[in-house]
Amino acid sequence: MTSANNTQVAPPAGRSRKRLRMQTKRVLWAWGFLALPIIFYSWIRFYPTLDAFWLSFTDWDLLSEPNFIGLDNYRHLFNDPQFWQVFKNTFTYLLVGTPLSLFFAFIIAYFLDRVRFMQGFIRALYFLPFLTTASAMAWVWRWFYQPVPIGIINGFLSDFGIAQQPFIRSVDQALPSVLATAIWAGIGFQIVIFMAGLRAIPQTYYEAARIDGLGEMAILRKITLPLLKPTTVFLVVFSSIGFLRIFDQVYNITTNDPGGPLNSTKPLVLMIYQSAFSSYQMGYAAAQTVVLFTILLVVSLMQLWVMRER
Amino acid sequence: MRKYLALTAIAAGLWGAGASQAHAVEIEYWQYLFDSRVTAMNELIDRFEELNPDITVKQTTFPYADYQTRLVAAKAAGKSPEVMQLFYGWLDKFASGKLLQPLSEDMFPSAEIEKDFFPIVTAMKRDGKYYGLPTAVRSLALFYNKKLFKEAGLDPENPPQNLDELVKAAQATVKQDGSGNMISAGITLDMAGQDQHWWREVLVRQFGGDPYKNDYTQVNYNDEAGKKALEFYTGLQTDEKVGKVGFMDEGQAAFRAGLAAMTIDGTFRLGSFSSIKNFDWGVTELPANADGLRSNYASYFANGIAAGVEGEKLEAAEKFLKFVSSKEAMDVWLKTVGELPARREAAMTDENLKDPIYGPFLKGLDYAHTTLFVDESAQRQVSIDMVNRVLLQDQAPAESLKQAAEAEQAIIDHSKK
Repeated sequence: MTSANNTQVAPPAGRSRKRLRMQTKRVLWAWGFLALPIIFYSWIRFYPTLDAFWLSFTDWDLLSEPNFIGLDNYRHLFNDPQFWQVFKNTFTYLLVGTPLSLFFAFIIAYFLDRVRFMQGFIRALYFLPFLTTASAMAWVWRWFYQPVPIGIINGFLSDFGIAQQPFIRSVDQALPSVLATAIWAGIGFQIVIFMAGLRAIPQTYYEAARIDGLGEMAILRKITLPLLKPTTVFLVVFSSIGFLRIFDQVYNITTNDPGGPLNSTKPLVLMIYQSAFSSYQMGYAAAQTVVLFTILLVVSLMQLWVMRER
Repeated sequence: MRKYLALTAIAAGLWGAGASQAHAVEIEYWQYLFDSRVTAMNELIDRFEELNPDITVKQTTFPYADYQTRLVAAKAAGKSPEVMQLFYGWLDKFASGKLLQPLSEDMFPSAEIEKDFFPIVTAMKRDGKYYGLPTAVRSLALFYNKKLFKEAGLDPENPPQNLDELVKAAQATVKQDGSGNMISAGITLDMAGQDQHWWREVLVRQFGGDPYKNDYTQVNYNDEAGKKALEFYTGLQTDEKVGKVGFMDEGQAAFRAGLAAMTIDGTFRLGSFSSIKNFDWGVTELPANADGLRSNYASYFANGIAAGVEGEKLEAAEKFLKFVSSKEAMDVWLKTVGELPARREAAMTDENLKDPIYGPFLKGLDYAHTTLFVDESAQRQVSIDMVNRVLLQDQAPAESLKQAAEAEQAIIDHSKK
């Protein structure tokens, strides 16, 4: 019985083994090629990320061996009034920056899409700030925001008899001032992506809608916006991550008093940077990084869920 | 097999002998990137290599912004340079982190150091051992714009000598436009610059206080003197209206542009101000208080030897350190960088003291204090915030001062843990 079975089963088994081997070979080849980037990325990305989690439970200061101190860093963090201020700032950048910049980007893209005259040139003008080095841009804006005699904006205001504004020298106006710069810097990219999204909507839909007598607003609401959704989702996630990680604009505009005045513009990333590279509290900085990572993860997942295809 | 080993041993021996004949000891020297400092150091290295043909020194520089991080990271990677330049305020961190080794008493006897150098050198001493020696030191002085002084009817050769005169001169030189906006400052107010030191080590003392106690481990400015000092400083903006924090972005920028009559800054600014073409400027000692009490803040970058350097490299490093702390090196440094010599005999020459520019800085060195920082940028931030709370949030000076003292004490306590 056994021998009969063997003889009967053997041929197909042999054939499948051969096929498997072919498949295994192919898989092995694929993995062989993939291994290099995977190992590389694990080494420079995933390993440090995981290590940051471990470091957040230590008191590492770069110089001495890290000691395990449990949740002390997190306790310190949640009791640090600066952290809550910074937390609030970070979310202000996110919650004001993302909708505002997407709104303006869409409006500009929507109308620019209809302009035929010098469209490429105008688009390039909007895109230019995105190509400029953030630090150079921030420095120029820093001077724009100065009081007279050198601040252009205040000079303009005083020409019209309007009182001078302190801008980045005020705890209330500093964050909006920095945010305006950041929005201006990033909007070119969003416009270009929106325009690409608008182009991808087939003209036939619009033609059909117009034949049916739909008004422009209705077309916008019923056709353009729904069909633009994938683009919007991408931009919302992309720009949210950007605003949550805002650093260079803030740091360069407020370079003499980073994140100031009185921490009113300081985002989480800047606090991490200062804890790590100016105070060398690596463990504390790692704890902040873990918090930032969690926020980024939750916000991105929430956005993907809210804006998922229905 | 044995034969083979013997051959290898002989080969190794020969190779070793050859190497020691060439005797190329190479040591590395790190400092931060600043043109005139690099030029001066290149000249010193050339001279040193001429005197010690068996040693080569390789200089490496990094931008100041990440210089300290580079040193710390290099230590973590086990790749510290043999000799490094460091700010005296980093010593606590560097000594406890074992970046540096103490200087040997044979090569650098403490008694001799204390006899020859300005007293502020003791900021490099921990537990009776020196961890480094400076080539040059820096102090503060009052820079003033002679052109603006003349325009305001002040004598440009007679700058203010006390705080009252300072305020009067500032009132005379400040300019406002029709709507009351300041268009030229009497004196710059910039806590992120050198004003933090002026407030801490000079004004607090001049109003009768003593900013720190117990070797700078205890903040002591939260008292009447501290309050008066803070009120004087913020009063320059709020009451006298002779200056404005943030005017022209930075104090030194305002002065450079000819839009501020006075600014308090250090020797290190001489290089950048020397290129000013459209007005003459002068330097005078920081103003005294009504009783004639003067104070100053001195600081310096020292050179130290990395922990773990030994053998012939250590010998070479010690020779090099000795050379860059010599009178000869200090003369080169003064000429090239404009920073004051750290040795009395090199600094207090008649020629230097009579110099209209170096003179006031050198006089300041005699009565200067050196704050022992544990985390310079964090402590600076405390002072910036203290002034900002008063100026931007209308907090009472006493309240802001108390908050600052607590915050700074927390920073000090944290580092001593």
